[in-house]
Amino acid sequence: MDLFFTMLVPALIAAVALYGIFRRVDVYEALVQGAGEGLGVLVKIVPPLVGLLSAVYMLRASGILELAARLLAPALSVLGIPPETAPLMLVRPISGSAALGVGAELISVYGPDSQIGRTAAVMLGSTETTFYTIAVYFGAAGIVKTRYAIPAALCADLTGFAAAAWAVRMVFY
Amino acid sequence: MAMATIWTGMVTVALLYGLAAGNGPAVAAAAMEGAGAAVELCLSMAGVLCLWMGVMEIMRRSGLSDGLSRLLRPVLKRLYPEFKQDKAVMDCISANVSANLLGLGNAATPLGIQAARQMSRKTPGVASNALCMLVVCNTASIQLFPTTVAGMRLAAGSAAPFDILPAVWLASAVSVSAGILAAKCFARVWRR
Repeated sequence: MDLFFTMLVPALIAAVALYGIFRRVDVYEALVQGAGEGLGVLVKIVPPLVGLLSAVYMLRASGILELAARLLAPALSVLGIPPETAPLMLVRPISGSAALGVGAELISVYGPDSQIGRTAAVMLGSTETTFYTIAVYFGAAGIVKTRYAIPAALCADLTGFAAAAWAVRMVFY
Repeated sequence: MAMATIWTGMVTVALLYGLAAGNGPAVAAAAMEGAGAAVELCLSMAGVLCLWMGVMEIMRRSGLSDGLSRLLRPVLKRLYPEFKQDKAVMDCISANVSANLLGLGNAATPLGIQAARQMSRKTPGVASNALCMLVVCNTASIQLFPTTVAGMRLAAGSAAPFDILPAVWLASAVSVSAGILAAKCFARVWRR
């Protein structure tokens, strides 16, 4: 199973290349042209990401996320979400690596097969790093007026967290 | 302006709370560290981004993206009615959705970016309803096999790392539906 997922990417690339050759496409020329366009995109992503990540790092260093997690705990219990997962829910939308770190800690402290461990895993598996995604997409497309993208995406995240806790209870307990 | 308010708020709150909690110096260091991390992140994804945009170009020229688009068209034309006649955009979104389903986040991002850039040509600088939908669908994970998380559980000694799959699918379905619903509702009430 592990090998299957490891080989998925190279197998896909080879399959696309073979199909291209079969359809008489100059595969290599196409690859190089596409890759060249990638560089231009990258240059556009750097500035918004610099802005966002410096703010995210500052917020994390200030210690306010821990305070927010403590304040949120009672409300979470009412919703049926294990309050121990509050820090995970707070960092998930802003930093993928931090969320993996917090999640890994929850999983090792409470055990991977505990309710908290499973809830943390399902939360990680069913949500994305929202602010990073928005910064990258809108940065590349040169969007300044983001309209309702952020509130709508946060609606999906919040529902996702509650759904994760609910799904774990329904499937396992 | 939404980003401006959020960003200013984040920086100000970090500064004030950091000072109050005695973490002032850490906040100062973190600002520089974050900026550096952003460039590092871009550099680390540079190769993958270029590679997948190259692969996407092969798919486009060989007609593979057409096939994928036809397969996903019934769903996508409802989500992106403004672009259902625009082949280039539909091809990119189809590839983006497929990569997301396979859990190839590294591939999905460049493909989605490609779609976002083409969509933005119609409304320069402004996130159209379709663009908001694209972002919302990409911020809600629709991965079929969350391998990273399963790997973490395995490393922590889980008896069956993949036993969370049904729960992940349930939660993903609920959160994607909520996102789509929210985007469709906001689209009706939000002024331009």
